[in-house]
Amino acid sequence: MCPFGIMQQHCCMMVVYVIMDLDRLFHALADSTRRRLIDELAERDGQTLFELHVRMMQWHGAGLTRQALSRHLGVLEEVGLLRCEWQWRSKFHFLELEPLRRASAIWLGAYLKKPDRKGSMSHAHRAHERARR
Amino acid sequence: MRIVLTSVLVDDQEKALHFYRDILGFKPKEDIPMGHHRWLTLVAPENPDGVELLLEPDEHPAAKPFKAALVADGIPCTSFGVADVQKEYQRLVELGVIFTQKPAAMGPVTTAVFDDTCGNLIQIAQRH
Repeated sequence: MCPFGIMQQHCCMMVVYVIMDLDRLFHALADSTRRRLIDELAERDGQTLFELHVRMMQWHGAGLTRQALSRHLGVLEEVGLLRCEWQWRSKFHFLELEPLRRASAIWLGAYLKKPDRKGSMSHAHRAHERARR
Repeated sequence: MRIVLTSVLVDDQEKALHFYRDILGFKPKEDIPMGHHRWLTLVAPENPDGVELLLEPDEHPAAKPFKAALVADGIPCTSFGVADVQKEYQRLVELGVIFTQKPAAMGPVTTAVFDDTCGNLIQIAQRH
């Protein structure tokens, strides 16, 4: 087994991991309720389930049950967009922006950079290909 | 039929009396010995004939897990009316009261939620 082969295998695994990570992140974001939760926490970070539920009901109407809200929060927590912290005897929810920064760094960012006349589109194209692998 | 009494389940009646009387400012009304506990009620000073608040022992085995589950999710067990939530929030914070929800406009009301030190969260609400 040559060292180069090991390196190559390692790199492939990294790419697969990153893509899965993006898939999970964008799945988490592909829901207006969950995006609204991010907006609410961006406005006031560190909320209990109760406060989030009352805020969401104002936006969502009576349709959102506490159980459904818990499930949405679970999805956000799984991809690292949400961090839970116990203070006293209550559980508070905090927004974590790192996964969005990571998504920007490894894929989205390439499209958002200003085009530099030469080669910019091919760079974006390569990024697109990478994301599809 | 009228509503004359409401209750909060407290872990210690004496501690609760201190909090509800000395911190929140309610006025004691009934204090009747009942075995190990007391029939202990308070009223709002501006409405002594109004609804009484009973400080009820949380001795039933189901009471403590129920209370803990509500507190974990930040859910208040009852709500008191105030004229100015922001002012009341500042007054209570200065007295060392811990809030799980700072004042927030929620549609037709502004609310805040605090810990009553006896195992409950209490909401204060101001109607606009």
